[in-house]
Amino acid sequence: MKTLFILCLILLLPVSAQAVDPSEILNDPLMEKRARSISKGLRCVVCQNQSIDDSDAQLARDLRVLVRERLTAGDSDQAVVDYVVSRYGDFVLLRPPFKAATLVLWFGPIIIALSGLTGLILFFRRQKKYTEELAKETDN
Amino acid sequence: MNRLAYYIPLVLLGILAVYFAAGLGRDPKSLESVLIDQKVPEFSLPPIAGSSKGLSNTDLKNQVVLVNVFGSWCVACRVEHPFLMDLKEKNIVPVYGIDWREPDRKAGPRWLKKYGDPYTLIGDDPISKGAIAFGVTGAPETFFVDKNGLIRYKHMGPITAQNWSRTLKPILERLRKE
Repeated sequence: MKTLFILCLILLLPVSAQAVDPSEILNDPLMEKRARSISKGLRCVVCQNQSIDDSDAQLARDLRVLVRERLTAGDSDQAVVDYVVSRYGDFVLLRPPFKAATLVLWFGPIIIALSGLTGLILFFRRQKKYTEELAKETDN
Repeated sequence: MNRLAYYIPLVLLGILAVYFAAGLGRDPKSLESVLIDQKVPEFSLPPIAGSSKGLSNTDLKNQVVLVNVFGSWCVACRVEHPFLMDLKEKNIVPVYGIDWREPDRKAGPRWLKKYGDPYTLIGDDPISKGAIAFGVTGAPETFFVDKNGLIRYKHMGPITAQNWSRTLKPILERLRKE
């Protein structure tokens, strides 16, 4: 029974599919590592919630090859990312950049949570004051 | 005063609702191109099989032209194809083609032979060099390039008689008048 349970748990493990084709992999392991980390941060524009590193789409594959070509040609990591952004916009970055247009995106949730918390604190304080006053009145 | 404060969450909810309603109505597939009003990106594509001249950014100069991304595998391209032939036959505007991701070298030329070739020049783009330069996400996509070599408009999906007369033709006329 226990083994069966464990087996079932194993079935639930996500199968990590490898989209990168062996033929795409660069000979230089350090360069390949840079290519992989860049690819993980770039959105596949065909299947929008996957990175190009995860996606099997042909355009994603071509983008992976392009990333590697540019690295081999001597581009820095930032230059490669900048090139892709100059073609597809900030949208291709899975981690949105920190700039004026995205301030709401970055701080919005924190501000909403804090204002909710403040509201709660105010509510309970007043509640307490009210019950205290009520207690006083009944004492008299 | 205190009474009014009770309405703050309601107002906030209202603002959020409007915001989300607008966001949900948008098609996530249609991306605003960052290339609008930018120079045509540098690219240079070889000719397709059986042709002697390919396509590069230096070919797109001095007149308003369309750059159309197509492929023999693309069903929607087949849909807009007769309309592109029409543009050519009536001499309305030169259309340049990017033959994107053909399964083999012969597929593109075969398709053009079968249905007709509406393009002034065609570049072969087997590994998306041209497509990525233009920030293409799917075919067909059509770019309007003005006299100064700036990309001025991007149309996603097939060109039809309807969207041509409603949207695209006025854009062409406006660009020509500049």
